Amino acid sequence: MLKDITLGQYFPGNTPAHRLDPRTKILLVVLYITALFTAGSFLAYGLMAVVLAVCVRVSKVGLKALVKGLKPVLFIIVFTGILNLFFTPGENVLWALGPLQITAGGLRNAAFMVLRIMLLIMGTFLMTYTTSPISLTDGLERLLNGLKRFHVPVHELTMIMSIALRFIPTLIEETDKIMSAQKARGADFESGNLMEKARALVPILVPLFISAFRRADELATAMECRCYHGGEGRTKLHVLRYERRDYVALSLGVLILAGVIALRVFGK
Amino acid sequence: MPILEIKHLTHTYSVGTPFQRNAVEDISFSVEPGEFLGIIGHTGSGKSTLIQHLNGLLRPTEGEILLNGKDIWAEPKKIRAVRFQVGLVFQYPEYQLFEETVYKDIAFGPKNQGKTGDELDHAVREAARLVGLRDEQLEKSPFELSGGQKRRVALAGVLAMEPKVLVLDEPTAGLDPAGRENLMANIREYHRHKDATILLVSHSMDEIARNADRILVLKSGHILMSGPPSEVFARAEELLTAGLDVPQITRVAMALRDQGIPIDPAVYTVEALEKQILALRRGGGLC
Repeated sequence: MLKDITLGQYFPGNTPAHRLDPRTKILLVVLYITALFTAGSFLAYGLMAVVLAVCVRVSKVGLKALVKGLKPVLFIIVFTGILNLFFTPGENVLWALGPLQITAGGLRNAAFMVLRIMLLIMGTFLMTYTTSPISLTDGLERLLNGLKRFHVPVHELTMIMSIALRFIPTLIEETDKIMSAQKARGADFESGNLMEKARALVPILVPLFISAFRRADELATAMECRCYHGGEGRTKLHVLRYERRDYVALSLGVLILAGVIALRVFGK
Repeated sequence: MPILEIKHLTHTYSVGTPFQRNAVEDISFSVEPGEFLGIIGHTGSGKSTLIQHLNGLLRPTEGEILLNGKDIWAEPKKIRAVRFQVGLVFQYPEYQLFEETVYKDIAFGPKNQGKTGDELDHAVREAARLVGLRDEQLEKSPFELSGGQKRRVALAGVLAMEPKVLVLDEPTAGLDPAGRENLMANIREYHRHKDATILLVSHSMDEIARNADRILVLKSGHILMSGPPSEVFARAEELLTAGLDVPQITRVAMALRDQGIPIDPAVYTVEALEKQILALRRGGGLC
């Protein structure tokens, strides 16, 4: 069932990873991604893997849930791996068949690419697993606050984002319900060719769109009833404040990035 | 032989995640052909999960569902055939309407059944008649209708498949009193004329008391009570502590009894209470 999709779903908890300020976590993920793209040796990737493993351990998120997050991108991982493996030109050819050849560089590239994507996805999922969508957008809004000076509608954008995130589970549930109701009337979503399968979606999509519009309308009315008028002068119930642990985590993050850069510069 | 038999049904949601929980646990009961079974229970007592098993929308984690003595999951590929025999009307079914006209929407189910031509037309018109839709309404868009009418169209969409067992999840929720009464009359009519078996989930004790032959009370995934209305509503205190309600008349009877008037608390219809009070007056028990 659709309900079992746990992609990036927040797992409530009370570990140090959960308690970190969302801004810290966003910044750490940015640092982490930068480090991943700077890394150019197995040593550096090893270091990143260890960092991720420690974070996973601290967050108490099951490894199973994390690996499950890789499933939807499995195709991309395999595809990039194969592409890099067979189509990297180089001198040290290990195996060749027509235009296909495996070079030492290709092998290396493929391994790096696969590692990079896997670490990237698991790292970002770790953030969404340990941060509720509300605090995530809250943190994002605060981080981007400076852009308001350049007339970027930061508050509106993050409000749209939190509403969108908030309604994903609702819409999934709704889709599930409508699917069940149509199945109860004998709708068949599994068999038939592509055209028939596409046509079978109409009984789901029409009610889903209608209810999404209705919900949007009701939400807008409810917000207006509570005098919502945008971000101007709006205060927060939970004011984000950096604590000691945030400074420690950020310093560690910067140190690790510096280490990876050092490995890259001096490792050659 | 019972038409439906539920044996040791357990359903677990989100297996292997922190959200894992049993929605229903080791539930067993059977339903006789032509029976009108009422199902009551608090929100989250597992009613919705239970009824979605009856037509194979959910697959039991453990246990089995027998329809006419045959396990419905014996041949998973033929599960659609079960759905035509056990019609399920969801809560707020009007949100599932999608076709351009009422007629086409009602025809969706029987068409999936493989009905065509006159047979299809007959099924649609018969279902529309049962729920009291007029012929000119059939050519309207379902989105032009009022809430109560939409609900009836959705009900007709299931009735048109002519299921032997009809399962309804709070069919009257959100309707005005007249709409409720109309819809219940439609359901009673289907029950009577087609010899159908009805399973009705409702929060309205009065609705259940007036219609059901037997009541099943669910509490946190288990069966708390099962029996005819007179037996179930005789245990009014238990129902109230389970967070459930009793029919208004039962409340009146309980209040009278608290005043010291010797009334059987198991009454759940106006007529029964009237009879008792009159008997008491004649016997000199009152005033």
